[in-house]
Amino acid sequence: MKSLADRPVNPVVGVTVPHESAALHVTGTALYTDDLIVGRQNVLHAWPVQAPHAHAVVTSLRTEPALQVPGVVRVLSGADVPGVNDAGTKHDEPLFPTEVMYYGHAVCWVLGETPEAARLGAEAVDVSYDPLPSLLTLTEAIEAECFQGLQPTLSRGDADAALEGAVHRFTGEIEYGGQEHFYLETHASFAYVDEGGQIFVHSSTQHPSETQEIVAHVLGRHNHDVTVQCLRMGGGFGGKEMQPHGFGAVAALGAVLTGRPVRLRLNRTQDITMTGKRHPFHARWEAGFDQDGRIQALKATLTSDGGWSLDLSEPVLTRALCHVDNSYWIPNVHVDGRIAKTNKTSQTAFRGFGGPQGMFLIEEILGRAAPLLGLEPGELRQRNLYVPGQTTPYGQPVRHAERLHAIWQTLLERSDVVRRREDIDAFNARHPHNRRALAITPVKFGISFNLTAFNQAGALVHVYKDGSILINHGGTEMGQGLHTKMRQVAATALGVPLDFIRLAPTRTDKVPNTSATAASSGADLNGGAIKDACEQISARLAEVAARKMNIHPDDVRFANGKVTGIGFHDRDIAFADLANDAYFQRIPLWAAGYYRTSGLHWDSARMQGEPFKYFAYGAAVSEVEVDGFTGAYRQLRTDIVHDVGDSLSPLIDLGQIEGGFVQGAGWLTLEELRWDESDGEHRGRLATQSASTYKLPSFSEMPEEFNVHLFEQATESGVVYGSKAVGEPPLMLAFSVREALRQAVAAFGAGDRPVELASPATPEAVFWAIQAARETTSKAYDGGARVGDESSPSSVSTAAG
Amino acid sequence: MRDSQITVNGQLRDCGGAGPHTRLLDWLRTQGLTGAKEGCAEGECGACAVLLARPDGADRSRWTSINACLPPALAFDGQEIVTAEGLGTAPGPCAEEALHPVQREMADRGGAQCGYCTPGFICSMAAEYYRPERNAAGSGAAQTGTAVAGEEHATDHESGPNGFDLHALSGNLCRCTGYRPIRDAAYALGSPDGSDPLLVRQGGPAPAARPTQKTVDGARFIRPSGMEELFALLEQNPEAKLVAGATDLGVEVNLRHTRPPLTLAIDRLEPLRVLDVGSDRISIGAALSLTEIDRGLAGRVPLLSQLFPQFASPLIRNTASLGGNLATGSPIGDSAPALLALDASVVLASAGGEREVPLAEYFIGYRQSVKKPGELLREVWIPLPLAENTAFYKIAKRRFDDISSVAVAFAMQLDGGTVSSIRIGVGGVAATPIRATGTEQALAGQPWTAETAEAAAAVMSAEGTPIDDLRASARYRSAMLGQAMLKFYAETASAVEVAR
Repeated sequence: MKSLADRPVNPVVGVTVPHESAALHVTGTALYTDDLIVGRQNVLHAWPVQAPHAHAVVTSLRTEPALQVPGVVRVLSGADVPGVNDAGTKHDEPLFPTEVMYYGHAVCWVLGETPEAARLGAEAVDVSYDPLPSLLTLTEAIEAECFQGLQPTLSRGDADAALEGAVHRFTGEIEYGGQEHFYLETHASFAYVDEGGQIFVHSSTQHPSETQEIVAHVLGRHNHDVTVQCLRMGGGFGGKEMQPHGFGAVAALGAVLTGRPVRLRLNRTQDITMTGKRHPFHARWEAGFDQDGRIQALKATLTSDGGWSLDLSEPVLTRALCHVDNSYWIPNVHVDGRIAKTNKTSQTAFRGFGGPQGMFLIEEILGRAAPLLGLEPGELRQRNLYVPGQTTPYGQPVRHAERLHAIWQTLLERSDVVRRREDIDAFNARHPHNRRALAITPVKFGISFNLTAFNQAGALVHVYKDGSILINHGGTEMGQGLHTKMRQVAATALGVPLDFIRLAPTRTDKVPNTSATAASSGADLNGGAIKDACEQISARLAEVAARKMNIHPDDVRFANGKVTGIGFHDRDIAFADLANDAYFQRIPLWAAGYYRTSGLHWDSARMQGEPFKYFAYGAAVSEVEVDGFTGAYRQLRTDIVHDVGDSLSPLIDLGQIEGGFVQGAGWLTLEELRWDESDGEHRGRLATQSASTYKLPSFSEMPEEFNVHLFEQATESGVVYGSKAVGEPPLMLAFSVREALRQAVAAFGAGDRPVELASPATPEAVFWAIQAARETTSKAYDGGARVGDESSPSSVSTAAG
Repeated sequence: MRDSQITVNGQLRDCGGAGPHTRLLDWLRTQGLTGAKEGCAEGECGACAVLLARPDGADRSRWTSINACLPPALAFDGQEIVTAEGLGTAPGPCAEEALHPVQREMADRGGAQCGYCTPGFICSMAAEYYRPERNAAGSGAAQTGTAVAGEEHATDHESGPNGFDLHALSGNLCRCTGYRPIRDAAYALGSPDGSDPLLVRQGGPAPAARPTQKTVDGARFIRPSGMEELFALLEQNPEAKLVAGATDLGVEVNLRHTRPPLTLAIDRLEPLRVLDVGSDRISIGAALSLTEIDRGLAGRVPLLSQLFPQFASPLIRNTASLGGNLATGSPIGDSAPALLALDASVVLASAGGEREVPLAEYFIGYRQSVKKPGELLREVWIPLPLAENTAFYKIAKRRFDDISSVAVAFAMQLDGGTVSSIRIGVGGVAATPIRATGTEQALAGQPWTAETAEAAAAVMSAEGTPIDDLRASARYRSAMLGQAMLKFYAETASAVEVAR
């Protein structure tokens, strides 16, 4: 049995290749779900009726006026559901609600001959509401003690006692905002009924199997009656893990009831007002340090804003708790987690899945504590990094902790930090109105689904008689390059050039019961399954070849489309010929592959176990320049050293690191969700519901100089071809930007006081932080932190709030 | 009546199915050209970008990138459009060797991940690839499809060694890549080959505007043949929507679902496309695009040169007009504060005649002006000489492609270190763009010193009646007024210092 991590000579993995759809992307010929309707006859278009209340009972729903609108064909409502009126897996998300739970909640859907007819029909539907009291903000929900789901506690040692004994002790409180996914492709489904009554749903979904299950249970059908295909997505980022199911179900229901194809594509405003986002969090914390700045204890309560339904809030919270340590050894920990229930969209998976919100806490603490401890923040962070032999608060050994230190050192050297700090001091001395600063932050991120059962995958590999190969696997392509990597894995495992491999779209009738393409695990899991399938086939082919070459099958080698024997120099068989030979010997040329991640266990009641196969490590240095007049800033330079194991596909991994970083920086600095929190008639309405009001990073937010280095000699044993997952971890490298901003703000004052910075750190938030830094400097501040001293608790929400 | 036709990727296509409110994007998609995508439907994300042949003088044309999600398809009757599918010699699957240089660089360098925004980026990048000024400066060293080390180009973080202006891409959003590989792709581009068909096409005139009339379900789209017809239509239909780039109306149609009964396209009427620098004033035709104005003024109005790159994005500026920005009358439109500081006036015209109105008297309420129904904003006049010290500050979350929280424009004349005149235009702090008259009075005749600026900043912070909204708090807006004054002082003081 070959090891999962071992690479053959001259593997196709590790080679830099463009995205497998790159040529289609750049010529505009790559198709997405909503492009599939072109040329289709008879397509109906769906439009939602969105409730204008944060919380209300639907007292009556009259659809007749809509049916009078020319072109309206049908209105779908709860009465039409033949199966279960439920769009989620927690059974708390009615597809057609009778109680509106958030502003914009869709109560019914109109099908029309044109989008315009459906829209006018939706306007004509007559709905009466009886408004109910609503909770919108985390503060309101915490005060009302309105929580949902599990309330886990992560605990190790004795945090109270350790705090008592700590030399320095600080407390704080902060609320930090959520994030809209803003995948460029909004949610889309296209459903029709095949001959034979099979329901076919094209869906922009990260989780086709779950979309299939929800569609089936809404329709009252079996899973085998429904096929879901995801050709590709125009971005996912977690936003299409749970959210597509209901839209697929509406389209499928419409197709079943009308017998016509139904297209459902949300426009941007519908998408942003109806679908879940990254959870906002509230944290109250207390931390203790020894005289050298080593963390002794952390005690905290983390409250996430789950929105109206449970969705993925529990596993998101679990991951948040499992990442409060980030990369730091904290001997005594006690963290309580809760999920607030509010009248907002149902918050859901978003790249990092709670990890960023957990890490936010410890980076906030270290960033604020550093000046009180008299330590440069980077030095403080380095001092607290895990060392080999230590375990996380949930009891998992931090394997390869030495990599954190190696990465840190490599990064300091590659980014020339010592000299640049001098340059920055010189710049700041010369410029009265601008401040520069740089900050370094680490990342340690656990890879695997916390829930052990999800860590499995399947694949289907066909070798045709001409040696061409078609692969199928359960993962979905959302731009992250999974399909590119999977082709490289298959080419490596079968010893053929990349162009032998064609990849077929992800479909539930090819590989069943798949897990979501999520948790960064797509390549690990599906790669393992593809490799398994390919090795089954190559083992059979080896026997055919061995017979032909009169050698032992173990001595057969597959490389570059040729099959030969170990040590042979003058004899080989073309892969295509061997496939043909195998066919005539009646050897099966296809295989179903399967992979399960071994060695995982997790006790969710005790919050203890080894839920992760391994940790992905990285660190980043970011330099910013802040304008003291306005609080506006530029990201001058970012350097990253990141551990992707032995990369399966370097260009793809580089893209994930850079893209994740910029998306994280967007969350921490720019992207701001604002709801109408007034008691007016639009209470609960999302004010930032379009691209003109919700700002994601543009070119101007990219670091002007951006250097990414893949950590070398990083083979991860136990993962396909020695690689590591890369989708999520780099997002959290963006804490370096937030901390650099904090340090630049501090430089407007004397620099010896902690800087409180709202999140996101918009120019306005930075401006107010600068004003505060200037004020505390002008006032005499007496003394540093001593035993028993506590910095004033901060209550920071968005400064503009 | 003949049906409308549009040439797309070299092929003449019948546009008969399009109604007055059918957007160019939707029409293209019904033609099977699904490369252009809807990402936001309000001209913010650029996923729908396509190339349009626009006039570059009388004899030449220029490939101009525009958002297809905003204008009606009928506005392009007789025009030529190229989409991402139409670049390269044999675009389509399995034609990697035939990729256009822009497509090749984007594909090879990882410029596309999910690919959804990519066709739009391709079009914006191609427009800059073909921009004559870039190629003129970079010629000599230029090689097709390879990196150019053009010494003529200043390279900084917003322009490449090949003269590529990164602002060309500022109207395109990508959620996947973090932009670095897209920038690298842009900076690696050479100059087009002399036989490149799109380059060759730029050597000929743009298609003439074609008078168009179409009525569907009672809604009309008309491109009048001339001013006489326009005025007659305006007189009969005083509530008609006039559009140049339709960058504002398009948002209304898409997001707020307004369906005006009559849309009048005026962007190609030559009398509205004047750009004249006279001895005592500059006249700017209301229908010129902001890009055309910027190019035509060639830096002669430094305040506007500072403004234009910050105004929306090139995809918008390539069709949006000054007339439209002022006629819309938004309190956060970026042009009004600058024009107020420049003491501009507008010429309002109707069938009955013309009148000149100082811009300071033009706005009378939230999105309201003294322009009467049936009247047309024909020209903007900027008096000469210009004040010597000017500055434009846009306070927004994002440096590129954003809407102002506050916009402030200064135009100041110093006489021996004393403020002899100053005009300050402000947007975002009242129902209309306003002049900061209190601050102007406080400064008039004062020595231009730090003390003066600080005192003026205090006055300025109290100008207007800013509100809290999703972009900024009222407190921040007020603070930014004062800060803009301090920043203006800091910058002019150092400039004065350098001058000495």
